[in-house]
Amino acid sequence: MESTVLRIEKFSAFFGENAVLKDIDLSIPRNKITAIMGPSGCGKTTLIRCINRMHELNPDARVSGKIFLDNEDIYATDPIIVRRQIGMVFQKPNPFPTMSIYDNVIAGYNLNGIRLAKDEKERVVEESLRKAALWEEVNGTLHRRGTFLSGGQQQRLCIARALAMGPAVLLLDEPTSALDPKATSHIEELILRLKDTVTIILVTHNIAQAARVSDFTAFLYLGELVEFGLSEKMFTAPKDKKTEEYLSGKFG
Amino acid sequence: MREFPIRRRILADKTFKIIIILLSFACILPMFFIIFFITSKGISAINWKFLTQLPKPVGETGGGILNAIIGTFILVIISILFSVPLGVFAGIFLSEYRKGRFVYFTRLSIEILQGIPSIVIGIIAYTWVVVPMGSFSALSGAVALGLMMLPVIVTATGETLKLIPDSLREASLALGVSYPRTIIKVILPAGLSGIVTGVLLSIARVAGETAPLLFTAFGSPFMNLNILKPVNSLPLMIFNYATSPYSEWHTLAWGASFVLVVLVLGLNLFTKVVTSKWKVQF
Amino acid sequence: MADHSNADVLALKVDAKTVNQYKFVMSESSFRKILYLAAICVLILLVAIFFSLLLSSLPAIRHFGLGFLAGITWDPVKSEFGALPFLIGTLATSFLALILSLIFSLPISIFLGEYFRHGTASMFIKSMIELLAGIPSVIYGFCGLFLLTPVIRGLETKVGVSPYGVGIFTASLVLSIMIIPYSASIGREVISLVPSDLKEAALSLGATRFEVIRKVTLPYAYSGIFAGILLALGRALGETMAVTMVIGNSNFIPTNIFSPGNTLASVIANEFTEATGSLYLASLIELGLVLFIVTTIINVIGKIIIRRMGAGV
Repeated sequence: MESTVLRIEKFSAFFGENAVLKDIDLSIPRNKITAIMGPSGCGKTTLIRCINRMHELNPDARVSGKIFLDNEDIYATDPIIVRRQIGMVFQKPNPFPTMSIYDNVIAGYNLNGIRLAKDEKERVVEESLRKAALWEEVNGTLHRRGTFLSGGQQQRLCIARALAMGPAVLLLDEPTSALDPKATSHIEELILRLKDTVTIILVTHNIAQAARVSDFTAFLYLGELVEFGLSEKMFTAPKDKKTEEYLSGKFG
Repeated sequence: MREFPIRRRILADKTFKIIIILLSFACILPMFFIIFFITSKGISAINWKFLTQLPKPVGETGGGILNAIIGTFILVIISILFSVPLGVFAGIFLSEYRKGRFVYFTRLSIEILQGIPSIVIGIIAYTWVVVPMGSFSALSGAVALGLMMLPVIVTATGETLKLIPDSLREASLALGVSYPRTIIKVILPAGLSGIVTGVLLSIARVAGETAPLLFTAFGSPFMNLNILKPVNSLPLMIFNYATSPYSEWHTLAWGASFVLVVLVLGLNLFTKVVTSKWKVQF
Repeated sequence: MADHSNADVLALKVDAKTVNQYKFVMSESSFRKILYLAAICVLILLVAIFFSLLLSSLPAIRHFGLGFLAGITWDPVKSEFGALPFLIGTLATSFLALILSLIFSLPISIFLGEYFRHGTASMFIKSMIELLAGIPSVIYGFCGLFLLTPVIRGLETKVGVSPYGVGIFTASLVLSIMIIPYSASIGREVISLVPSDLKEAALSLGATRFEVIRKVTLPYAYSGIFAGILLALGRALGETMAVTMVIGNSNFIPTNIFSPGNTLASVIANEFTEATGSLYLASLIELGLVLFIVTTIINVIGKIIIRRMGAGV
């Protein structure tokens, strides 16, 4: 019986008058990989941006409903604290260009002015890079700029950066869509290993990737949650007709 | 039907291109003359004494331009203090806020400020600083120069920061970093090369300005480190000596011109070289 | 909010207390207020400049009224102040300089925007232009005074005019060289922005490059080139030092192109420090006010045209 780490209740998100998410009810299981899928414009990116409260950065944005992280209402807390507990990795790798690899991993602490002792810093950097399967490749060049790495390595650096904060949930927004197949498979292996330590929510438009990697899948269509369940069951015998059409490539 | 003979058209085309090239290269001539004469007449006046002594009264030979060099330096430093903090923050404002009438008018103000003739800026600094103080001073000169530097720094900062992709900001915010820290610790450093370029170029521009100093810093034959008193600068000295009737002073003016040209063009070159190496890739 | 991070990833917990662990904490709203403050300072600065000029010119405005602009005498001794000699001097030097500079800046714009967009020739001319723009005004004046005026004096003797050497013509010559970079660089931008499919359509119909430039490129870029001219004009109107040193410093209306004269900027530069009496000073400042208004209008019109071009292109 899985426990729920994130509970989304009757949640709607708006851009001005336009409803992008409509009455979403969803429970994300702890330490599992949940994929969020759907055609372009279905609201999947908006959904995860609401989970780490980035959606509200847009001046026209509005939300209603509740999201609970371990039974605490994230919209009743300071967004900065929420974002430290929920990490995000973006579609295009975005390491900080003025910082070294070392400083990029620790960036969450440095930028927040949290002082760590030197050996604590080194431990965090090594642990995060190991978890992101990057340590072997960069431990000799930690003080070089992050932008010198390949695309796949940069993305793993971004994962390490997010992991260094020790988040409970890691949001991945189409993390491999800008990478080549080899880098993609590295990241997919990495995600599978990570789920023991952190809950993963993966937005992807790559049906095969979702099938390979996820434990649970949520299917969104035009802002509504159409179906949610065990990936295995959903991919072989989807309950809703729209899900089936999407999975067989009829639209999206 | 009458048609222009093709051969004539082709001839016209070729001739046009040659004329364009000739007229374009013609701009080298004034450049050449200026550099040639300043170097040949100025370099003979340069020696160690020239650079380290104060000017001597009329009739005595020798003398130097030390007070002008130091004065230029003092004026530039103080004007940076006035213009850089305000300029950078106003530039950040323009890059963070794009819409609305207030933003529009701010942008417009910067454009207007940039176009104000330097002599009018001198009048303003006179009215705002010299009159209340009751005397000419380096401070008023620096205020004038700072006013001239401000729009350049605002524009350079704003344009540079606009070019920084949003993803950088999102990456920082997603780590739970607050907005002010994101701007100061992530966005500004990423745009630093462009901002520094703006500052250096505006320094190069004001180092050569005379008009705003005519009735603010005013000039002085003495060395002066007190910013509440008049101070000399290279361009001021060149103006005063060149328009004087004494030929010894003309020689000093040529020497000072050489120093000024080397300083200004050197700064431009330095800016180009340094910031191209420093530019941040995304 | 209690800590919900995974304890075994890090021994260090990130909790609410550490938010205040360091010295510098600023809230978002305070920071945004500072940004707004900086913008407000800029606005206030501009408004203050205008009103300062206005207030300081008030004695002269009250005394002479609008007739100030038409007054032909500028006599500090008799306290008669009229701006017309300087308006004429300014307009004459600026327009003459503009026409002279166009002879070179338009070809440079075409050179850099059409024929040589990249490569060594392009870099060379671009650097030359930047050098021209970078030389301080006083150096132009100095060289003009010592190198150009003897030549002009010789010319004037040949033509049979009083050989001052300095005067409107000399000032216009020096000024024209100084403003070449301004119209050249804007002209280059707009010419290089002309869509290549338009040019290719013309070429494919059999036109020569010259004809394409004349009939397609230049008409399309016309408003942008005009804006560049306006901006160069704005610059010429306000140019002080070089003009002051070679214009001859005469407060009478110039009678011909070789007469000495004064511009709004040069008379202020020449007489400001010697102005005794509040009417004298106020009149000089009113000249500054006129200069401010005229250059602002021209610059703003030029910028509006450029912005419209950017939107339309």
